[in-house]
Amino acid sequence: MYRSLFANDMYAELDRLQREMSRAFEYSPSIRGAVRGGFPAMNVGGTPQSVEIYAFAPGIDPATIEVQIEKGVLTVAGERSSSLPAGESKASVHIAERFAGSFRRVVTLPDDADPEKVTARYRDGVLHISIQRRETSLPRRISIQ
Amino acid sequence: MNDQTDVARNKEESRAAAQAALTPPVDVFEDATGITLLADLPGVPKDDLHLQVEAETLTIEGEVRLEVPEGMEATHAEVSLPRYRRVFTLSRELDTDKVSAEFRNGVLTLRIPKAEHAQPRRIDVEVA
Repeated sequence: MYRSLFANDMYAELDRLQREMSRAFEYSPSIRGAVRGGFPAMNVGGTPQSVEIYAFAPGIDPATIEVQIEKGVLTVAGERSSSLPAGESKASVHIAERFAGSFRRVVTLPDDADPEKVTARYRDGVLHISIQRRETSLPRRISIQ
Repeated sequence: MNDQTDVARNKEESRAAAQAALTPPVDVFEDATGITLLADLPGVPKDDLHLQVEAETLTIEGEVRLEVPEGMEATHAEVSLPRYRRVFTLSRELDTDKVSAEFRNGVLTLRIPKAEHAQPRRIDVEVA
């Protein structure tokens, strides 16, 4: 009977290597993770005045996208219906890669993001959310009770 | 973006073939009269979408244009390249002269009808 000497060990080793590699390339391991391959894909950037978030969510009616900021956490949620033909039709599906269903993605905002000063625009299938930063340099008045 | 971009476009296009690009996700389904293809190309304005059918090859290409404020530094990027490209090989029964395309909210819908002779026909069985 043939048995490979170390087949199991070798695959386990490859698996471990692969996991370690993907961890090494994963940028900013936040508590909420940074799930790549999620929908919508997100790019985040910042300027000294603002935080810019781009959610790549094509084919969605902008009126149905829910954007919410609560306690420094931005949530983008919505739904995209499938464009594939329904089961009873006489069509055959060759490739089905596009996302369908409901989605929700959450981004932790920096402390100085001002939830009162937000603009959200949807263009060419990209939702662009711009959040102004608070002007921390200004002296703050503290009311005495 | 500016005049210079337009002048440089031809050069840019010939170079584009060698540039790295993202693969857009697609749905492809077929019914009796043709094939429908949907592709997600978010961030591509209509003018920067290029569709080409050459012989039996369909090429979908698009350049991503985002409104980026000056001096922005990216902190996290899942869409890491500014362009999409995907190439498909068509089959002979498809009528490439009658391809229709619609591009809305970053989703491309292509309809490629089957040539007349390739449409399904009912064949009568003659009894001798």
